Amino acid sequence: MNRTKIAVIGGGPAGLAAAIEAKKAGEDSILVLERDRCLGGILNQCIHNGFGLHTFKEELTGPEYAQRFIDQVRELEIPCRLGTMVMSIAMAEDGSSDKIVTYLNHEEGLVQLRAEAVILAMGCRERPRGALNIPGFRPAGIYTAGTAQKLVNIDGFMPGRSVVILGSGDIGLIMARRMTLEGAKVQAVAELMPYSGGLKRNIVQCLDDFGIPLKLSHTVVNIEGKERVKAVTIAKVDERNKPIPGTEERFECDTLLLSCGLLPENELTSGLGAVISPVTRGPEVNESLETSIPGVFACGNVLHVHDLVDFVSQEAAQAGRNAARFVQGQAGETPTPDIRVTAENGVRYTVPEIINPGRMEDTLTLRFRVGAVYQDIYESVYVNDRRILHRKKKIAAPGEMETVVIKKDSFDQAGEVKSITVRLEEE
Amino acid sequence: MYDVIIIGAGVSGCAAARELSRYDLKVLVVESAEDVCCGTSKANSAIVHAGYDAKPGTLMAKLNVEGNRMMEQVCQDLDVPFDRIGSLVVCRSDEDRSVLDKLLEQGRQNNVPGLRIVDRDELKEMEPHITDETQWALYAPTGGVVCPFTLTVAYAENAAANGVQFMFDTCVDQVIPTQSDTGKFFVLETSKGQLQAEVVVNAAGVYADRFHNQVSKEKIHITPRRGSYNLMDKSAGNHVRHVIFPLPSDKGKGTLVTPTVHGNLLIGPTAVDIEDPEGTNTTAQELDAVVQTSGKYIADIPYRETITSFAGLRAHEDGHEFRIGEVEDCPGFVDCAGIESPGLTSAPAIGVMVAECVSKILNAEKKMDFDPLREGVLDPKTLTPEAYIELIRQEPAYGNIVCRCESITEGEIIDAIRRTPGAKSLDGVKRRTRAGMGRCQAGFCSPRVMEILSRELGVPLEEITKSGGESRIIVGKDKFAG
Repeated sequence: MNRTKIAVIGGGPAGLAAAIEAKKAGEDSILVLERDRCLGGILNQCIHNGFGLHTFKEELTGPEYAQRFIDQVRELEIPCRLGTMVMSIAMAEDGSSDKIVTYLNHEEGLVQLRAEAVILAMGCRERPRGALNIPGFRPAGIYTAGTAQKLVNIDGFMPGRSVVILGSGDIGLIMARRMTLEGAKVQAVAELMPYSGGLKRNIVQCLDDFGIPLKLSHTVVNIEGKERVKAVTIAKVDERNKPIPGTEERFECDTLLLSCGLLPENELTSGLGAVISPVTRGPEVNESLETSIPGVFACGNVLHVHDLVDFVSQEAAQAGRNAARFVQGQAGETPTPDIRVTAENGVRYTVPEIINPGRMEDTLTLRFRVGAVYQDIYESVYVNDRRILHRKKKIAAPGEMETVVIKKDSFDQAGEVKSITVRLEEE
Repeated sequence: MYDVIIIGAGVSGCAAARELSRYDLKVLVVESAEDVCCGTSKANSAIVHAGYDAKPGTLMAKLNVEGNRMMEQVCQDLDVPFDRIGSLVVCRSDEDRSVLDKLLEQGRQNNVPGLRIVDRDELKEMEPHITDETQWALYAPTGGVVCPFTLTVAYAENAAANGVQFMFDTCVDQVIPTQSDTGKFFVLETSKGQLQAEVVVNAAGVYADRFHNQVSKEKIHITPRRGSYNLMDKSAGNHVRHVIFPLPSDKGKGTLVTPTVHGNLLIGPTAVDIEDPEGTNTTAQELDAVVQTSGKYIADIPYRETITSFAGLRAHEDGHEFRIGEVEDCPGFVDCAGIESPGLTSAPAIGVMVAECVSKILNAEKKMDFDPLREGVLDPKTLTPEAYIELIRQEPAYGNIVCRCESITEGEIIDAIRRTPGAKSLDGVKRRTRAGMGRCQAGFCSPRVMEILSRELGVPLEEITKSGGESRIIVGKDKFAG
């Protein structure tokens, strides 16, 4: 059986950053498995700029951002298998903590790879039309924004000329601009929620600058066209997201793009038996970004959906570092009990979900999302009853991930840790 | 001049074609859509009914039970996924128990084997997610689930292998009984010109009344009765273990909850009579109704795992009976009409019945070289690792996963395209291989499948469609490429 110390599942931004960091931490035996024909993942089709502001302090396109990591992977001589689909991950049957990664490609065939640690970096997929329960016909011309983005940016084809977009996720906003620049008429972006799911800067640069209306609290109530989309009807929704009769607006168009949320791709993770969070739909992880299965780490959009790739890279680097420590036997004993972080009062979830104060690095980045739009709100972190962090935010919205950094020594001052809580507070 | 022209390449038409291919006859199937299995056969509950629903003494009852009995062998010969998981009709009150008893008695009269009533305790054991109100159930061990796409495709492929021809994108306009010096025959005016045959089989689904009424004074009427469904991810597929029905109503067997043969969870259908024989759109009301009704007897259905919703049309004939056989006032015109549920279950028996009827009219002889076997698209996941590696060595395309959700390889897609009749569109590939049928609903794989279709069929990417006709996926090149 083939062996590696660390198997990295996915060669997108998360997998690349994790592999690089594991290598830099002194681990040589790494193998990156990528299902596509090239490295870089979804960044390859994100040809707009705005990537890397945090990491490189400059604006890069998606492929440029990816290339910086691909170059490092090449320099560090980290082996990668392309066109390679991981079919399953399972625990070794000999009772060790090794994992058996079964993968498939057309050169080696079906291969079983024995790995001491696995880094999950499979990314996410888009929520399809069916998951949105949009009534109407099922003609050609209905695409997720990401599929349309691939058709236009990678394959060089136009999926349509006259477009309505449902959902104001970032890819939908980006595609509103992209389709417009390619000569299509984008008539409207409808968003079910009373706020956008995308970044503010994307609403300004992709919709406002092109005069594309954003219709908040609207949804699609009918799709016409038996073979190809002929028209889409949208309507305003009430507080319970039910369409309000009489508010219908019909757009003749040939295309409906959907940008209604991303779902972490955790079929391999579930197959392995790792605990999945019902909120993020990614695996639950501890402060080391380790899942409920020892030696299996997760990072990037497979863990929880991010807005900015810079944060994916940061998170992945941490996963890579910890995977290296694990295989080098430095993960250490667990000196204190695991504490489950309580997310409450407007905080929907946190990643990590579990913190072992004894195993924390000097600082710990806690990422979370809020459940609604809040203005002039405070983000607070409590250890036991002691508030260790209190930070004012002018605005907090579900479309923008929040990050707080907590210091290990603030834990030490709190004495024996019994609870950790992240919440929003009015003052 | 053909001996037989079958109008319609749904499961009934294809089953009839396959059974007719046992005879020494020149048979043509004409289909208005671009592929087989594009109408009622593609959008239904995919259930193999036990046979207790149909009124004793009807043709529906007879063919249901016969079809159910034949299904095992047919699916074995034609390599079609079929699973006899058993079915349950559940009721929520002691008063409703009498309806179950009536179904039980009806089933016994129809010769359905193994039927029995189970009480709440046993039911709970069989189906842990049954709601608290649910009291009794009629258990039918012979109920099952089948892949309706593969069954139809397999019948068509086996028919083609035994000499049956297919014409797609061919819309029949008129069937004209004609008399010449040599005898009687039919002229079919179609969108692709005139066709002639001695015998016409009318397997036109929701359009069957149109053709029947063109040749017969005794008019029939078919109502498209729409049924909407929700299909959930495979992660929800274990929520129930049997096909679970509520009590039947005058509109049909009600909204069922079932695992599919591929391991998804399916709930539906509604039953709404409409006028438009192309009206396969879903509506918000019907999709709501599916959710409301199913929740009454199965708890905690993970609706959040829904990956698609769809609607299909039942060809409901006013008399609610299969009309199969030679039309009395038009010799040589054989109806296969009013095929609504349990039409899929009955298909094997319908095929045989139509073939017997036609062969009698034409005095046809059986062929010596009929081959009843068909091999399905090879699923490499069913091979041993050693055999899989050997396959990839010979055919590297089996090492390229195209549809990641269902783990479908390029090799399978190429196989589906190269068959007769083969896949020509994304939906054609999807129904033959399941590429695009998974949780991302073709988001990731459709550009790749388009590439493969374009290469294999030798047509430009711009011409690749979702399902034939005007359903092109892309409208042209972008500025840079163009």
